[in-house]
Amino acid sequence: MGRLSVRLCGIELDNPVIAASGTFGYGYEFAEFYDINCLGTFSFKGTTGEARFGNPTPRVAECATGMLNAIGLQNPGVEKVVAEELPRLKRCFRKPVMANVSGFSIGDYVYTCSVLDKEEQVGWLEVNISCPNVEGGGMVFGTDPKAASEVVAAVKKAVTKPVIVKLSPNVTDIVSIASACEAAGADGISLINTIPGMRIDLKTKRPVLANRMGGYSGPGVFPIAVRMVYQVASTVNIPVVGMGGVSCAEDVIEMMLAGATAVQVGTANLVDPFACRNIINELPAVMDKYGIDRLEDIIGGAING
Amino acid sequence: MKDSIFQVIENRALTPNIFKMRLCGDVSEVGQPGQFINIKLDGCYLRRPLSVYDADPISVTVIYKVVGRGTEIMSRLKNGTMLSVMTGLGNGFDIMAAGERPLLIGGGAGVPPLYLLAKKLVERCSKVSVVLGFNTITDVFCEEEFKRLGCEVTVTTADGSYGVKGFVTDALPEGYTYFYTCGPEAMLKAVFDSTGTSGQFSFEERMGCGFGACMGCSCKTVSGYKRICKEGPVLKKEEITWEG
Ligand SMILES: Cc1cc2nc3c(=O)[nH]c(=O)nc-3n(C[C@H](O)[C@H](O)[C@H](O)COP(=O)(O)OP(=O)(O)OC[C@H]3O[C@@H](n4cnc5c(N)ncnc54)[C@H](O)[C@@H]3O)c2cc1C
Ligand SMILES: Cc1cc2nc3c(=O)[nH]c(=O)nc-3n(C[C@H](O)[C@H](O)[C@H](O)COP(=O)(O)O)c2cc1C
Ligand code: FES
Repeated sequence: MGRLSVRLCGIELDNPVIAASGTFGYGYEFAEFYDINCLGTFSFKGTTGEARFGNPTPRVAECATGMLNAIGLQNPGVEKVVAEELPRLKRCFRKPVMANVSGFSIGDYVYTCSVLDKEEQVGWLEVNISCPNVEGGGMVFGTDPKAASEVVAAVKKAVTKPVIVKLSPNVTDIVSIASACEAAGADGISLINTIPGMRIDLKTKRPVLANRMGGYSGPGVFPIAVRMVYQVASTVNIPVVGMGGVSCAEDVIEMMLAGATAVQVGTANLVDPFACRNIINELPAVMDKYGIDRLEDIIGGAING
Repeated sequence: MKDSIFQVIENRALTPNIFKMRLCGDVSEVGQPGQFINIKLDGCYLRRPLSVYDADPISVTVIYKVVGRGTEIMSRLKNGTMLSVMTGLGNGFDIMAAGERPLLIGGGAGVPPLYLLAKKLVERCSKVSVVLGFNTITDVFCEEEFKRLGCEVTVTTADGSYGVKGFVTDALPEGYTYFYTCGPEAMLKAVFDSTGTSGQFSFEERMGCGFGACMGCSCKTVSGYKRICKEGPVLKKEEITWEG
């Protein structure tokens, strides 16, 4: 094990940096810029049972320290992902990939997860119960401990690979949701998804996004994400994958001190396609600066015993 | 696609709100006319997409209209400023379809990508016609540049203060074999409705990434969804549904 490596639900990652779902496509756009095998891994675009076109445009709006998106889970559907995207990905990525799944009913989640579970390339299933951008999609499951535990229990029964449940920050008590997922058998928790927001165009005096509201991500959400990772990691006994606004090696270390076993980088990839690679390259020097020998040793370091 | 550092070597006003900026750097990926570049600015979180107006072995030139914060910041950049610029984005125009007498139709800030296109077309076509539409005389730019390439140029202004009074669709010449157009969506739709000839349209959409990663810019076409930043910004007439 190297200085940067960590174990996530039994699978070793060369480093804790994971490109976040929805900001890394199915990988190959980034493979045009660099060898994406340097990543710990990445989580591919949220996949559903049926193909989805997503929301009307404009789907993105700029903010001072980030952006809003209301993509609406555009994806080709799980069958096409398995038939087309994964074979294409195989040519540029040889590590286990994280399969991000969304759904509209428990049956939906179970179906998509069980199809992806059979794919050799898939290392983990990241079950997104937190998409803010589709009607009745995901977030209803992520804001109620009982609904969350039902999804998790049903998926766990149908799959063999580790299940990481992705939570919404749009709740008053994140810890109760995380605990419910853990009790239902989740192997890990990832958070945070985006925070609902809105921008209004002063010229048209209308919301910028066609969907009116969208999910806020980027550096502006970082402190909220650190707080939630800390709260959840302080309570659960399963690994936590931290994300939200991470843009540099220092942010990765801060997330890990808050309790994250691995760290996802999302929006930063959109502005700088090299963001993940740069962060990975910078980690050793930043670790030296703060007297950190191995990253695995600092996980949860800020949480009082 | 490439992300590299460019230096501003020229940045000046052509009209009160249209600026021309020349950037010096690695242009190896600057290819087809109709492709665009995506510029990172200090003070803006997302990049700003701009069409390539012209390119040579050491530099790329854009022409932009000041419409908001980003383009306002851009208009104040001094020579020597270093910028992170992504190049080689989008599909660009297909020049093989032009025929002998192509027509280029540009409106306002949609005129720039047609210049590099015209430069390529005059080398291979017997006649290249250009119709440029603006609101008023003080908005007019690039007329001379197209004329110098040898194109037959018609300018329209909505208020009649210069050239033909009206919209580009009021001044379309006869006898063209194919067309290429870029401009505000209302203009594109009017062009679509007023010509029986086939052609290509360059679209704009708000972008998250500009290189195909976020699905921020998708639009429906006859052959499924396309990302304006990747399978666009140029769409063929036959693919367009106008469904958003
Ligand atoms: C492929 C492509 C090529 C373009 N080529 C040119 C060109 O050659 N010349 C030119 O003047 N303009 C061009 N545009 C439009 C240009 O990108 C916008 O005018 C510019 O981004 C506005 O930025 P702002 O900060 O001044 O405006 P603001 O309204 O403050 O911008 C806020 C956000 O909205 C986005 N945005 C606003 N208007 C547009 C728009 N029309 N299209 C896409 N995003 C927008 C901005 O990028 C930014 O993320 C092009 C757009 C696209 C998509
Ligand atoms: C354009 C865009 C699309 C996204 N799509 C998904 C998705 O399909 N599934 C998902 O679980 N999260 C999705 N997310 C959320 C991110 O994975 C991440 O949780 C969030 O953006 C916070 O991290 P960041 O600030 O580093 O981007 C998306 C985010 C963005 C910006
Ligand atoms: S802007 Fe991100 S896919 Fe087109």
